[in-house]
Amino acid sequence: MAETNGTGQGDPRDLAPIAVEIRRLDKWFGDFQVLADIDLTVKRGERIVICGPSGSGKSTLLRCINALEPFQAGELIVDGIKLTHDLKRIDEVRREVGMVFQQFNLFPHLTVLENCTLAPMHVRKVPKAQAEEAARLYLKRVRIPEQADKYPAQLSGGQQQRVAIARALCMNPKIMLFDEPTSALDPEMVKEVLDAMIELAQTGMTMLVVSHEMGFARQVANRVVFMDFGQIVEINEPNEFFAHPRHERTKLFLSQILK
Amino acid sequence: MGAATPIAYVRSRPAERRRPPVSARGPFAWLRQNLFSTPFNAVLTIVAMMALAWLVPPVIRFLLIDAVWVGADREACLAGPDGREVGACWPFVRERIFYFIYGSYPLGERWRVDLFFALFAFGAGWLLWLEAPRRTLGAAYFFVVLPIASFILLSGWPAVGLARVDTALWGGLLVTVVVAAVGIVLSLPLGIVLALGRRSKMPIVKFFSVAFIEFVRGVPLITVLFMASVMLPLFVPPAWSPDKLMRALVGVTVFSAAYMAEVVRAGLAAIPRGQFEAAQALGLSYGRMMRLIVLPQALRITIPNIVNSTVALFKDTTLVFFVGIFDFLRTIEVARADPKWATPVTSATGYAFAALFYFVCCWSMSLYARRLERRLSAGQGR
Repeated sequence: MAETNGTGQGDPRDLAPIAVEIRRLDKWFGDFQVLADIDLTVKRGERIVICGPSGSGKSTLLRCINALEPFQAGELIVDGIKLTHDLKRIDEVRREVGMVFQQFNLFPHLTVLENCTLAPMHVRKVPKAQAEEAARLYLKRVRIPEQADKYPAQLSGGQQQRVAIARALCMNPKIMLFDEPTSALDPEMVKEVLDAMIELAQTGMTMLVVSHEMGFARQVANRVVFMDFGQIVEINEPNEFFAHPRHERTKLFLSQILK
Repeated sequence: MGAATPIAYVRSRPAERRRPPVSARGPFAWLRQNLFSTPFNAVLTIVAMMALAWLVPPVIRFLLIDAVWVGADREACLAGPDGREVGACWPFVRERIFYFIYGSYPLGERWRVDLFFALFAFGAGWLLWLEAPRRTLGAAYFFVVLPIASFILLSGWPAVGLARVDTALWGGLLVTVVVAAVGIVLSLPLGIVLALGRRSKMPIVKFFSVAFIEFVRGVPLITVLFMASVMLPLFVPPAWSPDKLMRALVGVTVFSAAYMAEVVRAGLAAIPRGQFEAAQALGLSYGRMMRLIVLPQALRITIPNIVNSTVALFKDTTLVFFVGIFDFLRTIEVARADPKWATPVTSATGYAFAALFYFVCCWSMSLYARRLERRLSAGQGR
């Protein structure tokens, strides 16, 4: 699993050391401010775990990065592309950013293999045979090559989420976003998904993960971001973050989840 | 279960599996559970039984027992000198059946209508039989090839040796099938466009879609038909002026498209937001997202409702009667006034035949829709 993420080696953007840059970002739902004064810079290859109480804006922040949510003020640069309301650039960004959702969101009318080949074939114009070959490779990586011809409804939650990871990887993204990838899973299936994510982390993928899996954060994250009320409250590398939280709010949160 | 600890419990052997008690199986249990479960239910059952006992025998007597089966003209269907009661006059239907099917379509050209029926049945079967091979090709055949071929076949193309047949001569079952089929084939794509327009974020597109749908749905079909047959000629140059049947087809299509749009919209609304988001996150454009992800799922869950709309449209085709088109019902209406068959039971026989025909058609469509619904609700991915 040590091989690097395949394509785009010649792309000069690969050399850019910054994957995501967020500057003074604000977002409102109507009159309600969901994100306030967000500043965060993610280096290439860095793995960030974002945690915080529900409603703190962590998923919304993640969804801003691939423009599933618009924002109203501030700056967001993803993979060297400055995100504005220009639709063309949004498509460019989405091609480079993969996303894994809490509810998997696999396409139920397509087989596992078709789920994985659809976007490469229609967005990247990869020939079918090549797309299928790549899809089988990624399905093997997440350890479900034998499920390729089944439909999502025939798989367990953990298997579905691993398909979702493979589906995102098939687009050869430079950045992967995970929005609470294990929250909808039965406890017995959390580990298989986390394992797939850990293996992905070992390939050097840039990852932003919204999660409450503190074991995963400790093992994989370079930095942990704690959010509350739409703001970033504290950022630190995991050992320090868990051992010596500095902000009162962080201490309270950690004391409640790490009983 | 040991008495050692009252709190903890460990099962020592698996629980024995038994058959359900007598009160829960067998026909008697079924009767009790379904027909006589509560006093109200019991009353309903008895009332319904009595209503059936009162209604069904006279109908059967009229249609079958007292019916006249052979005869050459009205004499056979008149009450005899013995004052014997006469039921349905089936010889009348038998003699006029070709008129009911072809209307006034020229005798020598009727094979074209037969061929059209065959082509249509083939296409419909291909689409409706879910395990059929190459169903995409079937859809292409039904929605593209069939309409063009049928048009040439039925209205004629002298260049290939098919004499022109004026639509004024078309009639009976042929017209009913043509109107219903054109209504369905055109209203589905139009309805999809309107449904997407209604959900569009672009205010102008949305406004026009909503206005069209609400206007057409707010007006009875008969009004749309009158408008189409009176107003349409005002909008197109006289040389192009569509004939009567074409005007009615436009009216029916416009009307059913508005309803189809609402059916499709319900299907679109049932697709979870996550599907849209996943498609967007993969970089799919709006068109691809709709074509590859959303519409296939939305249409699949909408199929039973589409079939239901088809049933409704099929029955509504009888309204073209009022703009001077000889559909199936109209041909019966014309035939029953024929003095050769003028008897007290001729009208009743004609209408009974029409009722049977529409019932058999609509009921089989409903059965199909119900079967489909069961299959689709059983989950995806077989």
